[in-house]
Amino acid sequence: MSVETAEPLVRFEGVHKFFGENHVLRGIDMTVRRGEVSVVIGPSGSGKSTLLRCVNLLETISAGRIYVGDELIGYREVNGRLHDLNVKQIAAQRREIGMVFQKFNLFGHKTALQNVMEAPVQVKGKSKAEAKARALELLDRVGLADRADFYPAQLSGGQQQRVAIARALAMDPELMLFDEPTSALDPELVGDVLNVMKDLAKTGMTMIVVTHEIGFAREVGDTLTFMDAGVVVESGDPREVIANPQHGRTKEFLSKVL
Amino acid sequence: MSSATTGRTTTSEAGNNRPELIKAVPVRHPGRWVSGVIIVLIAVAVLQSMFTNPNFRWDIVATYIMDTLVVQGVGWTLLLTVLSMVLAIVLAVLLAFMRQSDNPILRWSSWFWVWIFRGTPVYTQLIFWGLISVLYPKIAAGIPAGPELFSFDTKDLINAGVAAVLGLGLNESAYLAEIFRAGLKSVDKGQVEAAEALGMRKSKIMWRIVLPQAMRVIVPPTGNETIGMLKTTSLVLAVPFTLDLTFVTNSLANRTYLPIPLLLVAAIWYLVITSVLMVGQHYIEKYYGKGVDNLSPAPVKAPTLKAPARLQGEDAE
Ligand SMILES: Nc1ncnc2c1ncn2[C@@H]1O[C@H](COP(=O)(O)OP(=O)(O)O)[C@@H](O)[C@H]1O
Ligand SMILES: [Mg+2]
Repeated sequence: MSVETAEPLVRFEGVHKFFGENHVLRGIDMTVRRGEVSVVIGPSGSGKSTLLRCVNLLETISAGRIYVGDELIGYREVNGRLHDLNVKQIAAQRREIGMVFQKFNLFGHKTALQNVMEAPVQVKGKSKAEAKARALELLDRVGLADRADFYPAQLSGGQQQRVAIARALAMDPELMLFDEPTSALDPELVGDVLNVMKDLAKTGMTMIVVTHEIGFAREVGDTLTFMDAGVVVESGDPREVIANPQHGRTKEFLSKVL
Repeated sequence: MSSATTGRTTTSEAGNNRPELIKAVPVRHPGRWVSGVIIVLIAVAVLQSMFTNPNFRWDIVATYIMDTLVVQGVGWTLLLTVLSMVLAIVLAVLLAFMRQSDNPILRWSSWFWVWIFRGTPVYTQLIFWGLISVLYPKIAAGIPAGPELFSFDTKDLINAGVAAVLGLGLNESAYLAEIFRAGLKSVDKGQVEAAEALGMRKSKIMWRIVLPQAMRVIVPPTGNETIGMLKTTSLVLAVPFTLDLTFVTNSLANRTYLPIPLLLVAAIWYLVITSVLMVGQHYIEKYYGKGVDNLSPAPVKAPTLKAPARLQGEDAE
Protein backbone atom coordinates (compact mmCIF):
# COMPACT_ATOMS: atom_id res chain seq x y z
CA MET A 1 0.00 0.00 0.00
CA SER A 2 2.66 2.46 -0.93
CA VAL A 3 1.51 6.00 -1.43
CA GLU A 4 2.67 6.15 -5.05
CA THR A 5 0.17 3.51 -6.10
CA ALA A 6 -2.74 4.60 -3.92
CA GLU A 7 -5.75 6.16 -5.61
CA PRO A 8 -5.90 9.96 -5.76
CA LEU A 9 -7.95 11.60 -3.01
CA VAL A 10 -7.59 15.28 -3.92
CA ARG A 11 -7.36 16.56 -7.47
CA PHE A 12 -6.84 20.18 -8.45
CA GLU A 13 -7.58 20.68 -12.15
CA GLY A 14 -6.68 24.04 -13.63
CA VAL A 15 -7.69 25.93 -10.50
CA HIS A 16 -7.77 29.70 -10.75
CA LYS A 17 -8.70 32.23 -8.10
CA PHE A 18 -9.22 35.94 -8.48
CA PHE A 19 -9.68 38.42 -5.65
CA GLY A 20 -11.14 41.21 -7.73
CA GLU A 21 -8.38 41.95 -10.23
CA ASN A 22 -5.78 40.10 -8.18
CA HIS A 23 -5.07 36.80 -9.95
CA VAL A 24 -3.93 34.74 -6.98
CA LEU A 25 -4.08 31.15 -8.25
CA ARG A 26 -3.08 30.80 -11.90
CA GLY A 27 -3.93 27.29 -13.01
CA ILE A 28 -3.03 24.83 -10.30
CA ASP A 29 -2.87 21.15 -11.26
CA MET A 30 -2.02 18.88 -8.40
CA THR A 31 -2.93 15.45 -7.10
CA VAL A 32 -2.78 14.15 -3.57
CA ARG A 33 -3.09 10.41 -3.12
CA ARG A 34 -4.80 8.65 -0.25
CA GLY A 35 -2.42 8.47 2.70
CA GLU A 36 -0.02 10.97 1.15
CA VAL A 37 1.62 13.79 3.06
CA SER A 38 1.82 16.60 0.54
CA VAL A 39 3.94 19.51 1.69
CA VAL A 40 3.51 22.90 0.02
CA ILE A 41 6.13 25.61 0.35
CA GLY A 42 6.55 28.99 -1.24
CA PRO A 43 7.08 32.65 -0.49
CA SER A 44 4.52 34.72 1.36
CA GLY A 45 1.65 35.80 -0.87
CA SER A 46 2.18 33.01 -3.38
CA GLY A 47 -1.34 31.67 -2.78
CA LYS A 48 -0.71 28.70 -0.46
CA SER A 49 -3.36 29.65 2.09
CA THR A 50 -5.83 30.44 -0.66
CA LEU A 51 -5.23 27.01 -2.19
CA LEU A 52 -6.04 25.28 1.11
CA ARG A 53 -9.02 27.51 1.80
CA CYS A 54 -10.50 26.66 -1.58
CA VAL A 55 -10.46 22.96 -0.66
CA ASN A 56 -12.82 23.42 2.27
CA LEU A 57 -14.80 26.22 0.70
CA LEU A 58 -13.63 29.07 2.87
CA GLU A 59 -13.00 30.55 -0.58
CA THR A 60 -14.69 29.66 -3.86
CA ILE A 61 -12.57 29.06 -6.92
CA SER A 62 -12.97 31.21 -10.02
CA ALA A 63 -12.16 28.52 -12.59
CA GLY A 64 -11.18 24.86 -12.71
CA ARG A 65 -12.24 21.97 -10.53
CA ILE A 66 -11.29 20.55 -7.15
CA TYR A 67 -12.29 16.99 -6.35
CA VAL A 68 -12.02 15.28 -3.00
CA GLY A 69 -12.71 11.60 -3.51
CA ASP A 70 -15.41 11.50 -6.17
CA GLU A 71 -16.97 14.72 -5.04
CA LEU A 72 -16.67 17.98 -6.87
CA ILE A 73 -16.00 20.64 -4.23
CA GLY A 74 -18.47 23.50 -4.02
CA TYR A 75 -20.63 22.60 -7.02
CA ARG A 76 -22.95 20.06 -8.52
CA GLU A 77 -22.49 19.33 -12.19
CA VAL A 78 -25.79 18.79 -13.99
CA ASN A 79 -25.72 18.32 -17.77
CA GLY A 80 -22.43 20.14 -18.01
CA ARG A 81 -23.62 23.12 -15.98
CA LEU A 82 -22.35 23.92 -12.50
CA HIS A 83 -24.85 24.64 -9.76
CA ASP A 84 -23.85 26.15 -6.41
CA LEU A 85 -24.22 23.82 -3.48
CA ASN A 86 -26.64 24.88 -0.78
CA VAL A 87 -25.42 25.55 2.75
CA LYS A 88 -26.30 22.05 3.89
CA GLN A 89 -24.30 20.42 1.12
CA ILE A 90 -21.36 22.74 1.73
CA ALA A 91 -21.37 21.87 5.42
CA ALA A 92 -21.49 18.18 4.53
CA GLN A 93 -18.39 18.50 2.33
CA ARG A 94 -16.51 20.40 4.99
CA ARG A 95 -17.17 17.69 7.54
CA GLU A 96 -14.88 15.34 5.65
CA ILE A 97 -12.03 17.81 5.67
CA GLY A 98 -10.18 18.93 8.79
CA MET A 99 -8.41 22.26 8.86
CA VAL A 100 -5.72 23.56 11.18
CA PHE A 101 -5.06 27.28 11.13
CA GLN A 102 -1.92 29.30 11.68
CA LYS A 103 -3.64 31.19 14.52
CA PHE A 104 -5.25 28.04 16.03
CA ASN A 105 -8.70 29.67 16.23
CA LEU A 106 -9.79 27.65 19.24
CA PHE A 107 -13.18 28.71 20.59
CA GLY A 108 -12.15 31.09 23.35
CA HIS A 109 -15.16 30.54 25.60
CA LYS A 110 -14.81 26.77 25.64
CA THR A 111 -12.32 24.54 27.38
CA ALA A 112 -10.00 22.26 25.44
CA LEU A 113 -12.40 19.38 25.99
CA GLN A 114 -15.43 21.43 24.95
CA ASN A 115 -13.58 22.60 21.84
CA VAL A 116 -12.98 19.03 20.75
CA MET A 117 -16.53 17.90 21.63
CA GLU A 118 -18.34 20.77 19.95
CA ALA A 119 -18.55 19.59 16.35
CA PRO A 120 -19.19 15.88 16.99
CA VAL A 121 -22.13 16.79 19.24
CA GLN A 122 -23.48 19.75 17.27
CA VAL A 123 -22.78 18.59 13.73
CA LYS A 124 -22.76 14.81 13.87
CA GLY A 125 -25.33 14.54 16.65
CA LYS A 126 -23.17 12.26 18.76
CA SER A 127 -24.17 11.83 22.39
CA LYS A 128 -22.24 13.95 24.87
CA ALA A 129 -20.85 10.91 26.64
CA GLU A 130 -19.61 9.37 23.42
CA ALA A 131 -18.12 12.64 22.21
CA LYS A 132 -16.43 13.20 25.55
CA ALA A 133 -14.81 9.78 25.63
CA ARG A 134 -13.53 10.28 22.10
CA ALA A 135 -12.36 13.84 22.85
CA LEU A 136 -10.38 12.69 25.87
CA GLU A 137 -8.83 9.96 23.79
CA LEU A 138 -7.80 12.52 21.15
CA LEU A 139 -6.45 14.94 23.74
CA ASP A 140 -4.43 12.10 25.16
CA ARG A 141 -3.14 11.34 21.69
CA VAL A 142 -1.85 14.90 21.31
CA GLY A 143 -0.34 14.73 24.80
CA LEU A 144 -2.83 17.01 26.53
CA ALA A 145 -5.07 14.69 28.56
CA ASP A 146 -4.24 16.70 31.67
CA ARG A 147 -5.24 19.99 30.01
CA ALA A 148 -8.83 19.02 29.17
CA ASP A 149 -10.40 21.61 31.46
CA PHE A 150 -8.13 24.50 30.52
CA TYR A 151 -9.37 27.42 28.46
CA PRO A 152 -7.35 28.34 25.35
CA ALA A 153 -6.05 31.48 27.06
CA GLN A 154 -4.49 29.24 29.70
CA LEU A 155 -2.59 27.15 27.16
CA SER A 156 0.67 27.83 25.35
CA GLY A 157 0.55 28.30 21.60
CA GLY A 158 1.87 24.82 21.01
CA GLN A 159 -0.74 23.32 23.30
CA GLN A 160 -3.48 25.33 21.61
CA GLN A 161 -2.41 24.09 18.22
CA ARG A 162 -2.43 20.49 19.41
CA VAL A 163 -5.95 20.96 20.78
CA ALA A 164 -6.89 22.41 17.39
CA ILE A 165 -5.55 19.29 15.70
CA ALA A 166 -7.55 17.10 18.11
CA ARG A 167 -10.63 19.19 17.38
CA ALA A 168 -10.27 18.63 13.64
CA LEU A 169 -9.63 14.91 14.12
CA ALA A 170 -12.77 14.55 16.21
CA MET A 171 -14.83 14.79 13.02
CA ASP A 172 -12.95 11.78 11.58
CA PRO A 173 -11.98 13.63 8.40
CA GLU A 174 -10.51 11.80 5.45
CA LEU A 175 -8.26 14.75 4.68
CA MET A 176 -6.40 17.19 6.92
CA LEU A 177 -5.26 20.65 5.81
CA PHE A 178 -2.54 22.45 7.75
CA ASP A 179 -1.94 26.13 7.03
CA GLU A 180 1.44 27.02 8.52
CA PRO A 181 0.55 25.30 11.79
CA THR A 182 3.81 26.20 13.50
CA SER A 183 4.42 29.71 12.13
CA ALA A 184 2.86 31.47 15.12
CA LEU A 185 4.76 29.41 17.70
CA ASP A 186 7.84 30.08 19.78
CA PRO A 187 10.69 27.95 18.43
CA GLU A 188 10.80 25.59 21.41
CA LEU A 189 7.10 24.72 20.95
CA VAL A 190 7.31 23.83 17.27
CA GLY A 191 8.65 20.33 17.86
CA ASP A 192 5.64 19.13 19.88
CA VAL A 193 3.22 20.12 17.15
CA LEU A 194 5.36 18.59 14.40
CA ASN A 195 5.58 15.37 16.40
CA VAL A 196 1.81 15.16 16.61
CA MET A 197 1.62 15.71 12.86
CA LYS A 198 4.26 13.05 12.30
CA ASP A 199 2.27 10.56 14.38
CA LEU A 200 -0.81 11.47 12.41
CA ALA A 201 1.00 10.86 9.13
CA LYS A 202 1.97 7.40 10.37
CA THR A 203 -1.71 6.51 10.87
CA GLY A 204 -2.17 6.94 7.14
CA MET A 205 -4.01 10.27 7.24
CA THR A 206 -3.97 12.19 3.98
CA MET A 207 -2.47 15.59 4.71
CA ILE A 208 -1.76 18.77 2.79
CA VAL A 209 0.70 20.80 4.83
CA VAL A 210 1.71 24.36 4.09
CA THR A 211 4.83 25.01 6.11
CA HIS A 212 8.28 26.53 6.19
CA GLU A 213 9.62 23.56 8.18
CA ILE A 214 11.87 22.03 5.54
CA GLY A 215 13.02 19.37 8.03
CA PHE A 216 9.43 18.18 8.38
CA ALA A 217 9.02 18.12 4.60
CA ARG A 218 12.16 16.02 4.20
CA GLU A 219 11.36 13.60 6.97
CA VAL A 220 7.59 13.16 6.71
CA GLY A 221 6.59 14.46 3.29
CA ASP A 222 5.80 12.17 0.39
CA THR A 223 5.80 15.05 -2.05
CA LEU A 224 7.04 18.60 -1.89
CA THR A 225 5.43 21.28 -4.01
CA PHE A 226 6.98 24.68 -4.49
CA MET A 227 4.51 27.44 -5.33
CA ASP A 228 5.31 30.94 -6.46
CA ALA A 229 3.00 33.70 -7.68
CA GLY A 230 0.00 31.38 -7.95
CA VAL A 231 1.61 28.57 -9.94
CA VAL A 232 3.23 25.28 -9.06
CA VAL A 233 6.87 25.80 -10.00
CA GLU A 234 8.02 22.29 -9.21
CA SER A 235 6.90 19.25 -7.36
CA GLY A 236 8.45 15.92 -6.49
CA ASP A 237 10.07 13.77 -3.86
CA PRO A 238 10.99 16.14 -1.03
CA ARG A 239 14.55 14.89 -0.65
CA GLU A 240 15.14 15.30 -4.40
CA VAL A 241 13.59 18.73 -4.62
CA ILE A 242 15.50 19.98 -1.60
CA ALA A 243 18.82 18.48 -2.61
CA ASN A 244 18.52 19.23 -6.29
CA PRO A 245 15.98 21.94 -7.16
CA GLN A 246 15.37 22.28 -10.89
CA HIS A 247 14.23 25.89 -11.03
CA GLY A 248 16.04 29.05 -10.13
CA ARG A 249 13.12 30.32 -8.07
CA THR A 250 13.03 27.11 -6.03
CA LYS A 251 16.79 27.32 -5.45
CA GLU A 252 16.53 30.90 -4.35
CA PHE A 253 13.63 30.20 -1.97
CA LEU A 254 15.28 27.13 -0.45
CA SER A 255 18.51 29.01 0.12
CA LYS A 256 16.52 31.47 2.24
CA VAL A 257 14.65 28.97 4.40
CA LEU A 258 17.31 26.29 4.83
CA MET B 1 37.60 25.58 37.55
CA SER B 2 36.41 28.28 39.86
CA SER B 3 34.31 31.08 38.55
CA ALA B 4 37.25 33.39 38.95
CA THR B 5 39.37 31.51 36.42
CA THR B 6 36.64 30.64 33.90
CA GLY B 7 34.88 33.95 34.16
CA ARG B 8 31.58 32.08 34.61
CA THR B 9 29.26 31.79 37.52
CA THR B 10 27.99 28.31 38.19
CA THR B 11 24.38 27.79 39.04
CA SER B 12 25.04 26.57 42.56
CA GLU B 13 26.89 29.75 43.48
CA ALA B 14 24.35 32.06 41.86
CA GLY B 15 21.37 30.13 43.20
CA ASN B 16 22.53 30.26 46.81
CA ASN B 17 23.11 33.98 46.82
CA ARG B 18 19.78 35.43 47.80
CA PRO B 19 20.04 39.07 46.79
CA GLU B 20 19.17 41.87 49.17
CA LEU B 21 15.66 42.93 48.20
CA ILE B 22 15.00 46.56 47.27
CA LYS B 23 13.22 48.61 49.90
CA ALA B 24 12.58 51.91 48.15
CA VAL B 25 10.88 54.89 49.80
CA PRO B 26 7.49 55.25 48.05
CA VAL B 27 6.57 58.47 46.27
CA ARG B 28 4.40 60.71 48.47
CA HIS B 29 0.98 61.73 47.16
CA PRO B 30 0.07 64.95 48.96
CA GLY B 31 -2.53 65.70 46.27
CA ARG B 32 -4.55 62.69 47.34
CA TRP B 33 -4.71 63.91 50.91
CA VAL B 34 -5.68 67.44 49.92
CA SER B 35 -8.41 66.30 47.54
CA GLY B 36 -9.64 63.79 50.11
CA VAL B 37 -10.05 66.44 52.76
CA ILE B 38 -11.85 68.82 50.39
CA ILE B 39 -14.29 66.16 49.27
CA VAL B 40 -15.04 65.03 52.82
CA LEU B 41 -15.73 68.64 53.81
CA ILE B 42 -18.13 69.14 50.90
CA ALA B 43 -19.89 65.85 51.64
CA VAL B 44 -20.34 66.77 55.30
CA ALA B 45 -21.75 70.17 54.37
CA VAL B 46 -24.24 68.68 51.91
CA LEU B 47 -25.36 65.96 54.32
CA GLN B 48 -25.70 68.42 57.14
CA SER B 49 -27.86 70.72 55.05
CA MET B 50 -30.01 67.78 53.96
CA PHE B 51 -30.72 66.76 57.52
CA THR B 52 -31.06 70.19 59.07
CA ASN B 53 -33.01 71.93 56.31
CA PRO B 54 -36.65 71.30 57.27
CA ASN B 55 -37.85 71.78 53.67
CA PHE B 56 -36.65 68.31 52.79
CA ARG B 57 -39.46 66.96 55.00
CA TRP B 58 -37.84 63.62 55.77
CA ASP B 59 -40.87 62.79 57.87
CA ILE B 60 -43.01 62.83 54.71
CA VAL B 61 -40.40 60.75 52.87
CA ALA B 62 -40.61 58.20 55.67
CA THR B 63 -44.40 58.17 55.49
CA TYR B 64 -44.61 57.60 51.76
CA ILE B 65 -41.56 55.47 51.02
CA MET B 66 -43.46 52.24 51.79
CA ASP B 67 -46.88 53.56 50.78
CA THR B 68 -48.92 50.87 49.01
CA LEU B 69 -49.40 53.00 45.90
CA VAL B 70 -45.68 53.79 45.78
CA VAL B 71 -44.60 50.18 46.24
CA GLN B 72 -47.06 49.10 43.56
CA GLY B 73 -45.60 51.84 41.35
CA VAL B 74 -42.14 50.36 41.92
CA GLY B 75 -43.53 46.98 40.90
CA TRP B 76 -45.07 48.35 37.70
CA THR B 77 -41.93 50.28 36.80
CA LEU B 78 -39.85 47.17 37.31
CA LEU B 79 -42.26 45.08 35.27
CA LEU B 80 -42.28 47.61 32.42
CA THR B 81 -38.47 47.72 32.47
CA VAL B 82 -38.05 43.97 32.43
CA LEU B 83 -40.69 43.26 29.79
CA SER B 84 -39.51 46.06 27.50
CA MET B 85 -35.90 44.95 27.79
CA VAL B 86 -36.77 41.31 27.14
CA LEU B 87 -38.75 42.31 24.06
CA ALA B 88 -35.93 44.63 22.96
CA ILE B 89 -33.21 42.00 23.45
CA VAL B 90 -35.08 39.32 21.52
CA LEU B 91 -35.70 41.75 18.66
CA ALA B 92 -32.13 43.07 18.78
CA VAL B 93 -30.58 39.61 18.44
CA LEU B 94 -32.84 38.98 15.49
CA LEU B 95 -32.05 42.37 13.94
CA ALA B 96 -28.30 41.94 14.41
CA PHE B 97 -28.36 38.48 12.83
CA MET B 98 -30.47 39.82 9.96
CA ARG B 99 -28.00 42.62 9.46
CA GLN B 100 -25.20 40.07 9.00
CA SER B 101 -27.26 37.82 6.76
CA ASP B 102 -26.35 37.01 3.17
CA ASN B 103 -29.95 37.78 2.28
CA PRO B 104 -30.15 41.44 1.15
CA ILE B 105 -33.88 41.68 1.97
CA LEU B 106 -33.19 40.78 5.60
CA ARG B 107 -30.25 43.17 5.76
CA TRP B 108 -32.33 46.05 4.44
CA SER B 109 -35.33 45.28 6.66
CA SER B 110 -33.09 45.35 9.69
CA TRP B 111 -31.55 48.64 8.62
CA PHE B 112 -34.98 50.14 7.99
CA TRP B 113 -36.28 49.06 11.41
CA VAL B 114 -33.37 50.72 13.16
CA TRP B 115 -33.82 53.83 11.05
CA ILE B 116 -37.51 54.20 11.99
CA PHE B 117 -37.37 53.35 15.67
CA ARG B 118 -34.14 55.14 16.44
CA GLY B 119 -35.05 58.11 14.30
CA THR B 120 -38.24 59.17 16.10
CA PRO B 121 -38.64 60.19 19.76
CA VAL B 122 -39.70 57.48 22.17
CA TYR B 123 -42.34 59.86 23.53
CA THR B 124 -43.91 60.11 20.08
CA GLN B 125 -43.82 56.35 19.71
CA LEU B 126 -45.53 55.88 23.08
CA ILE B 127 -48.35 58.24 22.11
CA PHE B 128 -48.65 56.39 18.82
CA TRP B 129 -49.04 53.00 20.53
CA GLY B 130 -51.58 54.55 22.87
CA LEU B 131 -53.60 55.65 19.83
CA ILE B 132 -53.24 52.43 17.88
CA SER B 133 -56.82 51.37 18.63
CA VAL B 134 -58.05 54.60 17.11
CA LEU B 135 -55.93 53.98 14.04
CA TYR B 136 -56.82 50.29 13.68
CA PRO B 137 -60.00 49.54 15.68
CA LYS B 138 -59.89 45.88 14.64
CA ILE B 139 -56.95 43.54 14.11
CA ALA B 140 -57.75 40.61 11.90
CA ALA B 141 -55.67 37.87 10.38
CA GLY B 142 -56.64 36.14 7.22
CA ILE B 143 -55.72 35.57 3.65
CA PRO B 144 -55.73 38.83 1.69
CA ALA B 145 -59.06 39.03 -0.14
CA GLY B 146 -59.89 35.64 1.37
CA PRO B 147 -61.54 34.34 4.50
CA GLU B 148 -60.77 35.94 7.85
CA LEU B 149 -59.15 33.55 10.35
CA PHE B 150 -59.61 35.55 13.55
CA SER B 151 -60.11 39.12 14.61
CA PHE B 152 -59.82 41.18 17.79
CA ASP B 153 -60.87 44.54 18.98
CA THR B 154 -57.56 46.35 19.17
CA LYS B 155 -58.33 48.02 22.49
CA ASP B 156 -58.78 44.59 24.11
CA LEU B 157 -55.51 43.31 22.71
CA ILE B 158 -53.42 46.42 23.23
CA ASN B 159 -54.31 47.91 26.58
CA ALA B 160 -52.21 50.67 28.13
CA GLY B 161 -49.68 48.25 29.61
CA VAL B 162 -49.13 46.42 26.33
CA ALA B 163 -48.88 49.72 24.47
CA ALA B 164 -46.27 50.94 26.96
CA VAL B 165 -44.17 47.78 26.59
CA LEU B 166 -44.46 47.87 22.80
CA GLY B 167 -43.50 51.53 22.68
CA LEU B 168 -40.53 51.17 24.99
CA GLY B 169 -39.38 47.76 23.70
CA LEU B 170 -39.51 48.51 19.98
CA ASN B 171 -37.70 51.79 20.44
CA GLU B 172 -35.04 50.17 22.58
CA SER B 173 -34.60 47.29 20.13
CA ALA B 174 -33.19 49.72 17.59
CA TYR B 175 -30.47 50.89 19.98
CA LEU B 176 -29.72 47.41 21.23
CA ALA B 177 -29.51 46.09 17.67
CA GLU B 178 -26.56 48.40 17.09
CA ILE B 179 -24.93 47.26 20.33
CA PHE B 180 -25.40 43.63 19.36
CA ARG B 181 -24.09 44.30 15.87
CA ALA B 182 -20.93 45.85 17.32
CA GLY B 183 -20.60 42.86 19.63
CA LEU B 184 -20.88 40.35 16.82
CA LYS B 185 -18.31 42.27 14.81
CA SER B 186 -15.88 42.22 17.72
CA VAL B 187 -15.49 38.44 17.51
CA ASP B 188 -12.47 37.35 15.48
CA LYS B 189 -13.29 36.08 11.98
CA GLY B 190 -11.12 33.07 12.66
CA GLN B 191 -13.75 31.78 15.10
CA VAL B 192 -16.34 31.63 12.34
CA GLU B 193 -13.90 30.06 9.90
CA ALA B 194 -12.89 27.38 12.39
CA ALA B 195 -16.54 26.55 13.01
CA GLU B 196 -17.30 26.56 9.28
CA ALA B 197 -14.37 24.26 8.64
CA LEU B 198 -15.91 21.83 11.13
CA GLY B 199 -19.10 21.81 9.07
CA MET B 200 -21.23 23.80 11.49
CA ARG B 201 -24.31 25.51 10.08
CA LYS B 202 -24.48 29.27 10.12
CA SER B 203 -27.22 29.53 12.75
CA LYS B 204 -25.32 27.20 15.08
CA ILE B 205 -22.13 29.21 14.57
CA MET B 206 -23.99 32.37 15.52
CA TRP B 207 -25.68 30.95 18.61
CA ARG B 208 -22.92 28.75 19.94
CA ILE B 209 -19.68 30.39 18.87
CA VAL B 210 -20.12 34.06 17.98
CA LEU B 211 -22.89 35.33 20.26
CA PRO B 212 -21.50 33.87 23.52
CA GLN B 213 -18.16 35.56 22.86
CA ALA B 214 -19.82 38.76 21.70
CA MET B 215 -21.70 38.92 25.02
CA ARG B 216 -18.55 40.12 26.74
CA VAL B 217 -18.79 43.29 24.67
CA ILE B 218 -22.59 43.40 24.64
CA VAL B 219 -23.38 43.11 28.34
CA PRO B 220 -21.89 46.36 29.72
CA PRO B 221 -23.69 48.72 27.31
CA THR B 222 -26.85 46.63 27.60
CA GLY B 223 -26.70 47.10 31.38
CA ASN B 224 -26.39 50.78 30.71
CA GLU B 225 -29.45 50.65 28.46
CA THR B 226 -31.41 48.72 31.10
CA ILE B 227 -30.76 51.38 33.69
CA GLY B 228 -31.68 53.98 31.08
CA MET B 229 -34.89 52.08 30.39
CA LEU B 230 -35.75 52.06 34.09
CA LYS B 231 -35.97 55.82 33.92
CA THR B 232 -37.45 56.03 30.45
CA THR B 233 -40.47 54.18 31.83
CA SER B 234 -41.38 57.50 33.45
CA LEU B 235 -42.52 58.62 29.99
CA VAL B 236 -45.34 56.08 29.80
CA LEU B 237 -47.84 58.71 30.84
CA ALA B 238 -47.78 59.52 27.11
CA VAL B 239 -49.71 56.29 26.43
CA PRO B 240 -51.27 57.07 29.00
CA PHE B 241 -50.18 54.45 31.51
CA THR B 242 -50.68 55.73 35.04
CA LEU B 243 -49.38 53.16 37.51
CA ASP B 244 -45.60 53.61 37.29
CA LEU B 245 -43.44 55.10 40.03
CA THR B 246 -43.03 58.58 38.56
CA PHE B 247 -46.72 59.02 37.80
CA VAL B 248 -47.75 57.81 41.25
CA THR B 249 -45.29 59.98 43.17
CA ASN B 250 -46.16 62.98 40.99
CA SER B 251 -49.86 62.63 41.67
CA LEU B 252 -49.19 62.17 45.40
CA ALA B 253 -47.09 65.31 45.29
CA ASN B 254 -49.89 67.21 43.59
CA ARG B 255 -52.39 65.96 46.10
CA THR B 256 -50.27 66.84 49.16
CA TYR B 257 -48.58 69.95 47.76
CA LEU B 258 -45.25 68.42 48.88
CA PRO B 259 -43.25 67.89 45.67
CA ILE B 260 -39.78 67.66 47.23
CA PRO B 261 -40.21 64.74 49.63
CA LEU B 262 -42.12 62.78 46.99
CA LEU B 263 -39.40 63.40 44.43
CA LEU B 264 -37.00 62.05 47.02
CA VAL B 265 -39.20 58.98 47.46
CA ALA B 266 -39.05 58.34 43.71
CA ALA B 267 -35.31 59.03 43.53
CA ILE B 268 -34.55 56.64 46.39
CA TRP B 269 -36.52 53.86 44.76
CA TYR B 270 -34.89 54.40 41.37
CA LEU B 271 -31.50 54.24 43.07
CA VAL B 272 -32.40 51.04 44.88
CA ILE B 273 -33.55 49.36 41.66
CA THR B 274 -30.49 50.60 39.78
CA SER B 275 -28.25 49.12 42.47
CA VAL B 276 -30.00 45.77 42.22
CA LEU B 277 -29.63 45.84 38.43
CA MET B 278 -25.92 46.63 38.77
CA VAL B 279 -25.42 43.58 40.98
CA GLY B 280 -27.18 41.46 38.37
CA GLN B 281 -25.00 42.90 35.64
CA HIS B 282 -21.88 42.05 37.62
CA TYR B 283 -22.79 38.37 37.64
CA ILE B 284 -23.81 38.30 33.99
CA GLU B 285 -20.50 39.89 33.03
CA LYS B 286 -18.65 37.35 35.08
CA TYR B 287 -20.49 34.52 33.37
CA TYR B 288 -19.74 35.71 29.86
CA GLY B 289 -16.15 36.56 30.69
CA LYS B 290 -15.30 32.90 31.12
CA GLY B 291 -12.29 31.83 29.16
CA VAL B 292 -11.06 35.42 28.99
CA ASP B 293 -11.38 37.46 32.17
CA ASN B 294 -9.79 36.65 35.53
CA LEU B 295 -8.18 33.46 34.36
CA SER B 296 -5.93 31.76 36.82
CA PRO B 297 -2.92 30.23 35.12
CA ALA B 298 -4.13 26.87 36.35
CA PRO B 299 -7.79 25.93 35.94
CA VAL B 300 -10.07 26.66 38.84
CA LYS B 301 -11.18 23.09 39.10
CA ALA B 302 -8.69 20.32 38.65
CA PRO B 303 -9.09 18.16 35.55
CA THR B 304 -12.01 15.99 36.52
CA LEU B 305 -11.33 12.91 34.52
CA LYS B 306 -8.49 10.63 33.99
CA ALA B 307 -8.37 10.13 30.26
CA PRO B 308 -8.79 6.55 29.18
CA ALA B 309 -5.36 5.18 28.38
CA ARG B 310 -4.56 5.25 24.67
CA LEU B 311 -7.29 2.84 23.89
CA GLN B 312 -9.05 1.01 21.11
CA GLY B 313 -7.47 3.45 18.65
CA GLU B 314 -9.66 2.60 15.69
CA ASP B 315 -7.78 4.86 13.39
CA ALA B 316 -5.05 5.76 15.82
CA GLU B 317 -1.60 4.17 16.06
N1 LIG C 1 -9.80 37.52 1.30
C1 LIG C 1 -8.94 38.09 0.45
N2 LIG C 1 -9.31 39.18 -0.24
C2 LIG C 1 -8.46 39.75 -1.13
N3 LIG C 1 -7.22 39.32 -1.37
C3 LIG C 1 -6.79 38.24 -0.69
C4 LIG C 1 -7.62 37.57 0.24
N4 LIG C 1 -6.93 36.54 0.75
C5 LIG C 1 -5.72 36.55 0.16
N5 LIG C 1 -5.62 37.58 -0.71
C6 LIG C 1 -4.46 37.87 -1.55
O1 LIG C 1 -4.11 36.70 -2.22
C7 LIG C 1 -2.71 36.58 -2.33
C8 LIG C 1 -2.27 35.23 -1.81
O2 LIG C 1 -2.52 35.17 -0.43
P1 LIG C 1 -2.30 33.85 0.42
O3 LIG C 1 -3.03 32.74 -0.21
O4 LIG C 1 -2.64 34.19 1.82
O5 LIG C 1 -0.74 33.61 0.27
P2 LIG C 1 0.24 32.76 1.17
O6 LIG C 1 -0.57 31.91 2.09
O7 LIG C 1 1.03 31.96 0.20
O8 LIG C 1 1.10 33.72 1.90
C9 LIG C 1 -2.12 37.75 -1.58
O9 LIG C 1 -1.77 38.72 -2.52
C10 LIG C 1 -3.26 38.24 -0.74
O10 LIG C 1 -3.17 39.63 -0.56
MG1 LIG D 1 -0.64 31.91 4.20
